[in-house]
Amino acid sequence: MKDIALALEGVHTHIGQYHILHGVDLRVPEGEVFVLLGRNGAGKSTTLRTIMQLWKASQGRISYRGDELIGRGTPSLADLGIAYVPETTGVFSTLTVGENLLLAARRARTTRELDTARLDWIFELFPALKKFWMFPAGKLSGGQKQMLSVARAICEPRALLLIDEPSKGLAPAMVTNLVAALAEMRRQKTTIVLVEQNFSMAKALGDQVAVLDNGRTVHQGSMEDLARDDALQRQLLGLHLGAHQ
Amino acid sequence: MKASDIGGEVRSVRWRTLDFWPCALVLIATAVALPLIGSPSTWLTLTVAGIAAGIIIFIVASGLTLVFGLMDVLNFGHGVFVGSGAYVAAALMTHLATWSRLTWATASAAILISMLTAALAVGVVGWAFERVVIRPVYGEHLKQILVTMGGMIVAEELIKVFWGPQQIPLALPEALRGAFIFPVGEHGAAVERFRLLVIGIGLLVLASLAYVLGRTKLGLLVRAGVLDSEMVEALGYRIRRLFVWVFVAGAALAGAGGALWGFYQQNLVPQIGTQVNVLVFVVIIMGGLGSTFGCFIGALLVGLISNYAGFMAPKLALFSTLGIMVLILLWRPQGLYPVTSNRT
Repeated sequence: MKDIALALEGVHTHIGQYHILHGVDLRVPEGEVFVLLGRNGAGKSTTLRTIMQLWKASQGRISYRGDELIGRGTPSLADLGIAYVPETTGVFSTLTVGENLLLAARRARTTRELDTARLDWIFELFPALKKFWMFPAGKLSGGQKQMLSVARAICEPRALLLIDEPSKGLAPAMVTNLVAALAEMRRQKTTIVLVEQNFSMAKALGDQVAVLDNGRTVHQGSMEDLARDDALQRQLLGLHLGAHQ
Repeated sequence: MKASDIGGEVRSVRWRTLDFWPCALVLIATAVALPLIGSPSTWLTLTVAGIAAGIIIFIVASGLTLVFGLMDVLNFGHGVFVGSGAYVAAALMTHLATWSRLTWATASAAILISMLTAALAVGVVGWAFERVVIRPVYGEHLKQILVTMGGMIVAEELIKVFWGPQQIPLALPEALRGAFIFPVGEHGAAVERFRLLVIGIGLLVLASLAYVLGRTKLGLLVRAGVLDSEMVEALGYRIRRLFVWVFVAGAALAGAGGALWGFYQQNLVPQIGTQVNVLVFVVIIMGGLGSTFGCFIGALLVGLISNYAGFMAPKLALFSTLGIMVLILLWRPQGLYPVTSNRT
């Protein structure tokens, strides 16, 4: 039985007058890829933003390796080794690709101080980032922005990676590279929480899976069990994963 | 492909991607003014005066535009810092009277010292203003407008308490009075010495600002924070702390600009901050809220066009500043260099 890296217990989140999360429970094992599934509007992105303290939980507990996260400021989560890739990519549009990566490497003061071995690895995964190194990120295509956003999250070793639909807008070849990058992160014992609509990618990477519906956790178990059980897929997601491969 | 190859095959495209039209607007304004004014010597005098005024406005406004861009804070009390800076400089100049009577070098040093002291003192005022006035109203625009305007009224009254409600003359040091005559046109063009000093100081401030914002990690953080402060926090940087420093630096710059504005006007009234506030808001709206370069171009346009209009049609001088803002916003509703914020 692996240790639990991240645990959410009965988490509720309100955004203004709207009650979005109605008691989310998740137990993310250390060093595994944990996939969050659910229909649009089920609360997957809100769950990631609530973990990051970008939206405040109104009730419940969120703990990472035993430390309570609720009440901590968002910047202190990076001190714990937590990185976040938002659905909107969050790239800084008027900054160059290099400057975007420099910001993610907190100890480096200039691009010359970036970890070159890690940068080479990133360039192998996403060659476009090297080609457009001096380009303002806002001028990149949607897929390239997505690559940059993921690259920013992995340009330093991380303990926990929260990724919101990273394959959105990526060409199939790039999705393959992304799967390789995340698989390598898993080999390096990084815990990954992945919100993903691309089921073949989710199945290829996921060790554990949770399904959200209307802001509640309606299922949590191994990805293997869910991928095997068509009836359970239909019941939870209204479809089965095989149809999407 | 190696990381060390970076730069070998790709050249910077920053200049290629820069939108030159707003910069061209400054050149077009000066070129159009020449035939309208008729005399090249008068045109040169007005252009130098306009650039000097624009640079002072830029020094004052640059902090405000960053404060808005970083934290979405509408500080209508920015004029407090201008007024405080002008009065601190005036008070100091009375102690530096001996210096200012000697040579142009000592007179310039006196002005620089008074300006830097004003910046330091006003930086402290800015720090207190952020803690007491701004911090309780983060994220609430209406309250920000009301509270910061209230803060400015209080500051004006405090100036009256310490220096009195009457107009105070702030004479330029003797060595900096008068003008250089450039051999342009029939009678030569007179360019005031002080205005050249202002342009020199302004370019120094501009270069320092450009270096910090463009070449340091701190500047990178400020530029990123203006675009998406939430993402900067998610990357592990404390944006609130950064904001306080930017606010203090913005206040200090406004204090320095206030000192220069006082010398430029050669007299002080307690309402000096309110007067400059209008120009400052015109400039930052025109430039694109949050854009430092847009603020610079906007300030140059305001300085030049108000000077030209003041000469050609004095009755239209007041309207010219607002008129150019309206025209620019009709052309580019988000300002000359819109900041493409990720905020929703």
